[in-house]
Amino acid sequence: TLADFLRARLSLTGTHLGCEHGVCGACTISVDGEAVRSCLMLAVQADGSVIVTVEGLEAEDGRLSALQESFHKNYALQCGFCTPGMLMTIHSLLSAEPEANESRIREVISGNLCRCTGYEPIVRAALDARSAYE
Amino acid sequence: MSSGVKSQGGIAGNTYVGQSVKRVEDDRLLRGRGTFVADVPASNALSAVVLRSPVAHARIRAIGLDAARQLPGVVAILTHVNIGADIPHIPLRQQVLEEGRPYLQPVIARDLVRYVGEPLAVVIAQDQAIAEDALELIELDYEELPAVVTTQTSLSGETLLFENTGTNLAYTMKARKGDAGAAFARAHYVRKERFTVQRHMASPMETRGLLADWDREKGRLAVYGAAKVAFFNRSLLARFMGLPREAVDYFEVDVGGGFGARGEFYPEDFLIPFASRFVSRPVRWIEDRREHFLATNHAREMDAEIEIACDEGGRVLALRGTVNTNIGAYLRTNGLTAPRNVTQFCSGPYDVANIEIDARALMTNKVPAGTYRGPGRYEGAFFMERLLDMAARDLRIDLAEIRRLNLIPEDKMPYKMAVMSHVEPGTETWCDSGAYTEVFDRCLAEFDWHGKQHLQGKLIDGRYHGLGLACFVEGGAAGPREGARMVLETDGSVSVYVGSSALGQGLATILTQIAADSLGMPMERIRVHHGSTTHVKEGYGSFHSRSTVMGGSAVLECSAVLLQAICAFAASKADCPLDAVRLRDGELWVGEERRSLAGLSDEPIEVEHSFANSKHTYSYGTHAVHVAVDPKTGEVEILDYCTVEDVGRVINPATLHGQVLGSAYQGFGSTFLEELVYDEAGQLLTGTFADYLLPTATDFRAPRSTSLGLRPSPNNPLGAKGAGEGGLIAVGGAVGNAIASALRHFSAEPCSLPFSPARIWRLINTSGKEHDGSVRH
Repeated sequence: TLADFLRARLSLTGTHLGCEHGVCGACTISVDGEAVRSCLMLAVQADGSVIVTVEGLEAEDGRLSALQESFHKNYALQCGFCTPGMLMTIHSLLSAEPEANESRIREVISGNLCRCTGYEPIVRAALDARSAYE
Repeated sequence: MSSGVKSQGGIAGNTYVGQSVKRVEDDRLLRGRGTFVADVPASNALSAVVLRSPVAHARIRAIGLDAARQLPGVVAILTHVNIGADIPHIPLRQQVLEEGRPYLQPVIARDLVRYVGEPLAVVIAQDQAIAEDALELIELDYEELPAVVTTQTSLSGETLLFENTGTNLAYTMKARKGDAGAAFARAHYVRKERFTVQRHMASPMETRGLLADWDREKGRLAVYGAAKVAFFNRSLLARFMGLPREAVDYFEVDVGGGFGARGEFYPEDFLIPFASRFVSRPVRWIEDRREHFLATNHAREMDAEIEIACDEGGRVLALRGTVNTNIGAYLRTNGLTAPRNVTQFCSGPYDVANIEIDARALMTNKVPAGTYRGPGRYEGAFFMERLLDMAARDLRIDLAEIRRLNLIPEDKMPYKMAVMSHVEPGTETWCDSGAYTEVFDRCLAEFDWHGKQHLQGKLIDGRYHGLGLACFVEGGAAGPREGARMVLETDGSVSVYVGSSALGQGLATILTQIAADSLGMPMERIRVHHGSTTHVKEGYGSFHSRSTVMGGSAVLECSAVLLQAICAFAASKADCPLDAVRLRDGELWVGEERRSLAGLSDEPIEVEHSFANSKHTYSYGTHAVHVAVDPKTGEVEILDYCTVEDVGRVINPATLHGQVLGSAYQGFGSTFLEELVYDEAGQLLTGTFADYLLPTATDFRAPRSTSLGLRPSPNNPLGAKGAGEGGLIAVGGAVGNAIASALRHFSAEPCSLPFSPARIWRLINTSGKEHDGSVRH
């Protein structure tokens, strides 16, 4: 799969595998701007696409992106395992819909499971990060 | 080193403890630079997969390996034959009882398999794909036996899992206090009810995994993927492999959630290191999610018959009853913990003088059960809180009043709980401190309990509204000790090494805060290392909400020892009396002269200290909930959920808030969604996230929570109390009570979890049922 390729061949281990059947969302990456489950896609299918993984979110000067910083400020991660998938899902959403409201954010991240936070801090972090995507 | 060191300045006048300091763990994790066990670089590692029993109960005739062995890329296939005649059995870690011995799990099955998922063989291959292909080629020949799935069939004894013991009843936990029989005989009011709690599981987002690396030349073993109780697991593994303890190092890497299940010693914790030694290569095994459902501890499945006795005013006089816990096929390391807790903590935060509760640990052909956040407490609180509401209604007492009447009064603290009949260290259990009614009233106020009473049972827009309450106590700070080692590095920074483990709860942040305050240094100059067995001589890990209290207290006391050592060194270097040297704001003062800690010594100054404590802490609190029930569908919506708890001393309000929110949300999953369903043949029907439902972001509204530092624990120098589980413990009871209130016109009593729409709909449509409660005149 694309996830295996990213992790094993490219050593980009920020993309995590939580279920390998497309339910948990931990492996979510951005493929041509769309949030995609990398465990459900073959690497060859991505030929010619622009892929962004969690490793590509930070600013060029190495600082955390506004969304990452917002996660930090809002305590939106505990164990950090679901975090890369959450970040990529929200990054894709806000890139397309910077005005997304709380219910829209909840709807979109309902495809990403988090066992630690109860989601509320993640929703706050996404709401706070919206201005950076305008 | 012994404990009892007085902390010099302690953490009075602190700048970090009590503040919502940002987490020190976040940066790496946000950048995707965390290192979970599957991420540990090991290019030459082989992949291992485990052949698991496809049937619940069978006699194994043969395991045919020829075809699988011939597959190119397969390096080795291990079965019990390779392990030897004396197959290690994984011992109990908690409630270590001799009676449990016959029911322990062998690290690999030989003649019999007792659950779907039991390990039969390990395939080691060049890569994961080859290993999985080889697995398909193994030919298993077995004779199926009848499967024991429910506690009733287990109790009947018609089919035995362990024929040599003659019974499926492994052990009966007993909690005793006063004379329950006499109290029931003279009570004004008694009521007996049956309850069930469904089998579900912790489900951390990261599955288990291990990377074992045997160094043949040095005779050393390195194990990556340690979590929770690395020191215990290391000792056990060393013993099983005939190695000295010092030859085995456990390395903790990032851990994607624990919640009680991750990090216990499972069969794979032996099989993978054994495989590495067998092939003299690093071997990695990463559990997949389907495997996780069939291999990692399940939890919670119980059915109970509990009886309450009250006087006419609603004071609870006695509790008695029997709980059947469906423990699965083996007693694992903490298999007896939930049966133990459900008996002793059924009375929760209430003052009950007479108790006689038994919990049977019953063997069945299911995945073995272990602890999950709030083990036995979630179940016990469900029974007790539901009974309190039933008693209040029968006796026409206000639902809040019956609780206020029975909560343990502060002048009875410390309060002795029912005594467990089995022997364990520190046999008595005492609730340490607390203003139980004050916190209860605070929750009523936050929730506006009295203002919302007009909603009880009211039909609004086609839904019935109801309000529910439940209270809890949460045990924490399991002993006996925790170790810390602290080093003043030559650059003036301090390294802190602890035996506690991080499972994602922000432990490094909390310990950094405590160390910074007790050393009087900025957090930036402190680095915390935890979990690995190479850091300290002994460590006990993270379970029983213990790491803040035990690890934190160890760091607090060790800081005082380090300060003394630094001052002594500086005094001898300056050739001045010790009292002329002091540390203030991270700077060293010798007389009136300021010296930098950097360069003070050419060698690091190192101290090690162990904090000893056998007394537990008990945080406590109240949950209040408002639900709306749709009688047409049975669907229940949580409209408001409010928790108030007292954790003694708050180290970091924000990370604590995160623990409460997260655990309450898990509680919603336990109460409404999650269920491990088996068929009569012992096959698990809910083996994926598509049919085992974890709560998602749209399922529930976020709870409101207030955490107080009202009554510090007298049992540790921090005054802190364990606080990882309270958000979950009371959810089943509170929601059950709210549903009962909503449906009071139907006399519906929800006594079976989870509250799925189908179950609630059935409850509504079998209304008017009689209960066997009785008031004597």
